[in-house]
Amino acid sequence: MIPYDIVIIGGGPAGLAAAVSARKNGIDKILILERDRELGGILNQCIHNGFGLHTFKEELTGPEYAQRFIDQVLEMGIEYKLNTMVMDISPERVVTAMSREDGMYQIQAGAVILAMGCRERPRGALNIPGYRPAGIFSAGTAQRLVNIEGYMPGREVVILGSGDIGLIMARRMTLEGAKVKVVAELMPYSGGLKRNIVQCLDDFNIPLKLSHTVVDIEGKEHITAVTIAQVDSHNKPIPGTEERYTCDTLLLSCGLIPENELSNKAGIRMNPVTNGPVVTESLETNIPGIFACGNVLHVHDLVDYVSEEAGRAGAAAARYVQAKGIIEHSDEVVKLIATDGVRYTVPVTIDLKNMADLQTVHFRVGNVYKNCYVSVYYNDKRMTHTRKKIMAPGEMEKIILQKKNLLKEEDLKTITIKIEAE
Amino acid sequence: MERKELTCIGCPMGCQITVEFDREKEEVYSVSGNSCAIGDKYARNEVLHPERTVTSTVVVDGGDKPRLSVKTAGNIPKNMIMDCMKAIDAVRVNAPVKIGDVIIENVCGTGVNVVATRNIH
Repeated sequence: MIPYDIVIIGGGPAGLAAAVSARKNGIDKILILERDRELGGILNQCIHNGFGLHTFKEELTGPEYAQRFIDQVLEMGIEYKLNTMVMDISPERVVTAMSREDGMYQIQAGAVILAMGCRERPRGALNIPGYRPAGIFSAGTAQRLVNIEGYMPGREVVILGSGDIGLIMARRMTLEGAKVKVVAELMPYSGGLKRNIVQCLDDFNIPLKLSHTVVDIEGKEHITAVTIAQVDSHNKPIPGTEERYTCDTLLLSCGLIPENELSNKAGIRMNPVTNGPVVTESLETNIPGIFACGNVLHVHDLVDYVSEEAGRAGAAAARYVQAKGIIEHSDEVVKLIATDGVRYTVPVTIDLKNMADLQTVHFRVGNVYKNCYVSVYYNDKRMTHTRKKIMAPGEMEKIILQKKNLLKEEDLKTITIKIEAE
Repeated sequence: MERKELTCIGCPMGCQITVEFDREKEEVYSVSGNSCAIGDKYARNEVLHPERTVTSTVVVDGGDKPRLSVKTAGNIPKNMIMDCMKAIDAVRVNAPVKIGDVIIENVCGTGVNVVATRNIH
């Protein structure tokens, strides 16, 4: 069995940033395992700009952003394997991988960082009635076809779901000469970023129909038309509101699901809200020495936040390896509770002994909230109460906890984050 | 005087900005709702001279990938987007290409270059 200090599963933005950070924190033997034929992950097909404003203080395209990290990985001489599929991770951190070049092999990792990213919710998970013809793609598949392979999936497009990839593809297909007829969104709000609605839909007069869904798909060999209808507050189509659109392409942008088959097999505890692992302040899962970051942990809306989080996972994994797995955990573990409109928090627990001076807590809200307050309670005592003009499910929020404030609080057991009207 | 509500695209905050301006005199009277200087600048530009960065791909011959991703190195006027796309579509390049290589100089007379955003070997 080949020994490595840290094995990173996935060579996308999270895996790359975790590797760079682990090296900067003094770890020598690092290995990145990547399924695709190149490093960079999904950034390679995200040719639009808007990446890196936080990390590099300039606006980059996806491939440029990825290259910044790939260059660092190469300069640091960090090892990586492409076209390599990880089959299994054991709780003892034995990683089983295979590739055409190396066959099947096992690695004993000092620490493992999960950075597998996420996948798009497929049609099969959406329960759309109608035929099952060709011409129905997830938005990301269409993005790969157009931007990497150079193929246009079609000329007359309807998009279901207003996730960011769908919005980006509405613009991309329009620029390449397609007619994007409508974007239908089941929810009464868009799941995408504001700037994408402005730049990808409004700029090209593409209508966004909120509270609408696809109720029929026509076409036996290839899709010929879809019917969309308005839905009521229970997401049920309202009879009489149907509109039929002829089209040759239907793109689906209906959410992303962290890809955690390996984590589940390893016995890692999952958060049913995020579909990602439950993690501590150090981004460590319930299995010691296995860490998680990026979209496999929870779906982010900005790659900059992925890199930042992955950097912390890399540093924490380095610390774990250097301590030879003997990290003292205090008895004082604080549980974070998400309630009243806050859907989840990452992390879920904070060990007061191991936490850094400042701890970022990411969360998402479950609805659109205007002129509300984000309140943070230490046990039952409200500590902060911050007014927010607007919060939406599509935009990740964060609070920063200070260690010195947490230590001041006697017998701190829980920190509750909630939305309050006043 | 005109009044326009904008969503700032300077960063993910997406501030709702209200601009009061006169199109003919090309004068902005007030900008409110923004939380930083980028928003102020964006709003002033957006009502009088809207601009965008265009990204696309061009065909590449003899490389390890079939398409090269490109971008305008800066913003171009919004009404030039489709002309710029036509110019980009007409281009074919040969490998190797490095990030930042100029693919089209001064695209459509905008004074902005189209540059490569990927390395092709």
